[in-house]
Amino acid sequence: MSTYLMRRLMYMILILLGASLLIFLLYAMMPGDFVTNNFKLPAERKAELREIYGLNKPVLERYMNWMNNAFHGNFGFSLSQQKPVLTLFNDYIWNSFLLAITSTFFTWLLAVVIGVVAAYKQYSWFDTMVMIFIFAAMSIPSFFIGLFLIKIMAVDLKWLPPGGMLVTGSNATGMEYIKEVVHHMFLPVVVMTLLGVGSLTRYFRSNMLDVIRQDFIRTARAKGMKERVVLYRHALRNAMLPAITLIGFELPGLFGGSLIIEKIFNWPGIGQLYMQSFTVRDYPLLMGFTMFIAILTVIGTLISDILYHVADPRVKL
Amino acid sequence: MSSITGGLADTKQTAASPIRSSLWRQAFRRLRKNKLAMAGLAFIVFMFLVCFFGPLFSPYANNKINPAIMNQAPSFKHWLGTDLLGRDVLTRLLQAGRISLTVGIASMIISVIIGSILGAVAAYYRGIVDQIIMRIADLLLTIPSLPILFILGALLSEWKVPVEYRMYIVMLMLSFVGWPGLARLVRSQMLTIREREYMQAAIVLGLNDRRKLFNHMIPNIVPLLIVISTLSIGGAILSESVLSFFGLGVMPPTPTWGNMIDAANNLIDFEQHPWLWIPPGVAIFTTVIAINIFGDGLRDVLDPKQKK
Repeated sequence: MSTYLMRRLMYMILILLGASLLIFLLYAMMPGDFVTNNFKLPAERKAELREIYGLNKPVLERYMNWMNNAFHGNFGFSLSQQKPVLTLFNDYIWNSFLLAITSTFFTWLLAVVIGVVAAYKQYSWFDTMVMIFIFAAMSIPSFFIGLFLIKIMAVDLKWLPPGGMLVTGSNATGMEYIKEVVHHMFLPVVVMTLLGVGSLTRYFRSNMLDVIRQDFIRTARAKGMKERVVLYRHALRNAMLPAITLIGFELPGLFGGSLIIEKIFNWPGIGQLYMQSFTVRDYPLLMGFTMFIAILTVIGTLISDILYHVADPRVKL
Repeated sequence: MSSITGGLADTKQTAASPIRSSLWRQAFRRLRKNKLAMAGLAFIVFMFLVCFFGPLFSPYANNKINPAIMNQAPSFKHWLGTDLLGRDVLTRLLQAGRISLTVGIASMIISVIIGSILGAVAAYYRGIVDQIIMRIADLLLTIPSLPILFILGALLSEWKVPVEYRMYIVMLMLSFVGWPGLARLVRSQMLTIREREYMQAAIVLGLNDRRKLFNHMIPNIVPLLIVISTLSIGGAILSESVLSFFGLGVMPPTPTWGNMIDAANNLIDFEQHPWLWIPPGVAIFTTVIAINIFGDGLRDVLDPKQKK
C-alpha cells in the first residue's frame, strides 16, 4: 500500500510537470499578450512594459521562472487585475464552490432517489420516462439551455434575475443578502443539476439493478423481512457504496467552476474570471487556472482509487 | 468430380454465412424490437435527409442578402423568420446542420481511428511503446479540454486560417482532445483479449503480428467501437457548438448550429428575435438525444456488459 502510494505520488508529480510544460507552451503559442493587445499604449511604453513583465524573454526562460515561482507557492501576478493569482483565486473560488456544492447536492439526491425507484420498477412506465429524461439530460447543450431559461424566466416572465450574484449596486446584509444570492443562483443551479443528473441517475439505476438480482436480497426476502427493510437496508446500501469512488472525480468540478455556466449567467466565479482573462490574454491567470484544474484532476483520481479500495477491499492497490 | 467439389463449396458457403453473420443478424433483429432506439435512428435519418437535401428545395438557398426583409418574425413565407441580413433562417438552419453533422461525424472518425490504433498498438506491444502512448494520453486527460480547445481556437485566428478551411481544423481539434479516452478504453479491452485462449492458439499457429492484430484482435473490439463511436458523435456535435458559440470554432459566413446561437450574445436579438437562436439550439438538442438513444440501443445488443 505505502510503496504503491509512493510510486503513485512520484507519477503524479511527473504527470503534473509534463502538464505544466504543455500548458505553458500552449499559452506561449497563443497570439498576442496583455501588453500588445492594449491599443491605447504608445510603442515605447509597450516595450518598457514587456520588459517589466518579462514577456520579451525566451520561452524556456519564462517557463523556468514560472515553475521556480510555482514551487515557492507563487503562481504569479495577474496583469489585468494587478493582484497575485492565488489571491484572486481565493476571491472567486468560493462563489464557484457555492454553485457547485449546491448543484452537486441536488444532483446526487435526485439521482439516488430516481435511479433507485426506476430500478425497483424496471420496465414500468415510470422507468421508461426516467430513461427518456436521462437521455434528454445527457444531450442538453449547456449554453443553450442556460440562454433559453434566462429568456423564459428572466426576460419574459421576469420571475428571476438574468444573471450576476447580487442586484447591481446592492448593499444588502444578513438575511436580505442571503435571499438575494439564493434568488440569483436558482437558475444556474437548476441548469448545472440538469446537466449532471442524467449520467448519475443512470449509474445508480444500473447499480441497483445489479444488487437487486443478488442472492442475499432473495435471502432477505425469504426470511420474511419487510420489503421496505430489504430495499433500504440491504439493497440501497450496497448500491450506494461503489458511488463513493465518484467523489474524487467531482473534485475538479467543485472547485474549478464552470466556464460555460458562469459565463452565461455572469456569475462572479473562477470560470467567469478565466473567460474574462482569456480575452485580455492575462497569461499568469490563465496558466494558473489550467494548472489548478490539472492538479485537482490528478488528486481527484488518486482519491477515487483509494476510495475504490475502501469500498471493495478485494481491489488491491 | 466437379460436381463434388461444387457441392462442397456450396455446403461451405451455406455453413459459413450464417455463422459469420449470426452475431450481426441477431443484434440487428433485437435492435429492431427496441422501439425507442428505432425512433432515434429514424430521427437521425430524417435530420440527415432534411439537412442535405432540404436546401435544394428552398427558394432562399443562395443566401442572398435582402435588407428589405431583415429580422422578420416567422411567417408562411419564412417559416422560421429571417435574420439580420434578411436571409431565411430555416434554410440557414439546414445548411448549418450539414456542417454540424459533418464535423461531428468526421471528428468522431478521426479520433476513433487514432484512438483505436494507438490503444491497440500499446496493448499489443506493451513495454516502452505502451508506456509512451499511455503517458501521453494520461497527460492530455489531465489538462482540462475546454481551455485546450479555446487556445487552439485562438491560434486558428492568429494563423489566419481561411474561413472555409476552419471546419476541417475544428474536426482535428476535437479529435485531438477525443482520442486519449478512446485509446485507454481500447487498450484495456485489448489487454483482456490478449489473454484469451484463441490468441494463444494464434501464437501457436505462428501467425505474424499483423494477422494477429488485424484478423483476430481488432475484429473482437469492433462491436464496442461501433457503440462508442455512435455515442461520441453526440459529444462532438455538442463540443463543436460550444466552440462555435464562443467564436472559436467554425465562423460565419459558414453557418453551424453553434455559431447561429451566437445571435443570443446580442441583447436585442436575444430578447426580441428568439427565432434566430432557439431553432439551432433545439436542433442540436434533438439530434444529440436521438444519437444517444440509438447508441444506447446499439450498446444493449452489441455490448451488454458495458451497460454502466
